Amino acid sequence: CNEAKSEGRAELIPSIKLRHCCLLRNQRCVTAYLYDRLLRIRALRWEYGSVLPPNIRFHMCAEELQWFGQYKKSLASFMRSLGGEEGLDITQDMKPPKSLYIEVRCLKDHGEFEIDDGTVILLKKNSQHFLPRWKCEQLIRQGVLEHVVS
Amino acid sequence: MDTHSYLPVQPGVGMEENFLSLDDILLSHERLPIRADIAFPRLGFLEKSSDTQDIAEGTKMELPLWLSKGLYERKRRVLSVELPKVYREGWRTVFNADPNVVDLHKMGPYYYSLGSQMLHFDSPENPDIAQTLLQTFIGRFRRTMDSSQNAYNEDMSALVERLDSLEKGLFRSGQSGLNSFQSWEKGQATQLTASSLVLNYRKRKITDIQS
Repeated sequence: CNEAKSEGRAELIPSIKLRHCCLLRNQRCVTAYLYDRLLRIRALRWEYGSVLPPNIRFHMCAEELQWFGQYKKSLASFMRSLGGEEGLDITQDMKPPKSLYIEVRCLKDHGEFEIDDGTVILLKKNSQHFLPRWKCEQLIRQGVLEHVVS
Repeated sequence: MDTHSYLPVQPGVGMEENFLSLDDILLSHERLPIRADIAFPRLGFLEKSSDTQDIAEGTKMELPLWLSKGLYERKRRVLSVELPKVYREGWRTVFNADPNVVDLHKMGPYYYSLGSQMLHFDSPENPDIAQTLLQTFIGRFRRTMDSSQNAYNEDMSALVERLDSLEKGLFRSGQSGLNSFQSWEKGQATQLTASSLVLNYRKRKITDIQS
């Protein structure tokens, strides 16, 4: 643009400006797309958990995976700093809990599942179990179990 | 609705667009009738109706909002933007008379946002345009709010399809509030559910394998 002015080709300036607007537009679209992807990836940490399934990881680029790892770390150190010595897992109990144990039905085969007292439960499709709430919450969010409310 | 964690960038309010808002990007894609007040050499290929190498001064074309905003200069050397029909005198009287009658979705789904953006182009009618936009919104707001709060499980599509995108957003918020309240009353608020994000990604996965 400055070259155009100095060489006396000032009539080209509107065209240069137009082309520049197009470049800025492309930049805006790409940036907004990438930013929206990040917002969704961030939401996955809350909705799904700290380990993403392979089919989602497949669609993420290396920088996004790195970003997710750093976000996880920030969140974890924040959670550790809350509530005294052990920290507080704020990704649990997203809805107000009414009881310690809940009835769940298995929506698909998930294999063996160990609970705190050492018992191993086989999560087979359509089986129903009465389990501690805090062990099930993540599996329910991931769509493996279904919370049965009578 | 379980996806409270995904918070997309909201569209800007008034004359400001939000750079990262997908809604604002779609909005700025709308085309406006303009008249070139200056020549654009070597860009004739953009103007499909004539085969010249340059865009001559005085050419009338349609440009998207983002380009019109980018090229417009207050000294008025570059572009003259014509007001789209909906914001002109004729339609303004209709809106002032009864705002509830109009199908705003058909008039361009971004009536309020585009109207606010038109104020950037220093038309002498700006104060009237701004006034009409505001009054129309006020006139229609009552009905939108009422129906969003009181129509539980009814088919509101007849009303909703005549709303502009801003009003639709308001309507959706109202509905989601109402539904949340109803589910709380029924005792469903404590039922843990699968994340809707997860369910959507699962559906995608199956089509990926097949393709």
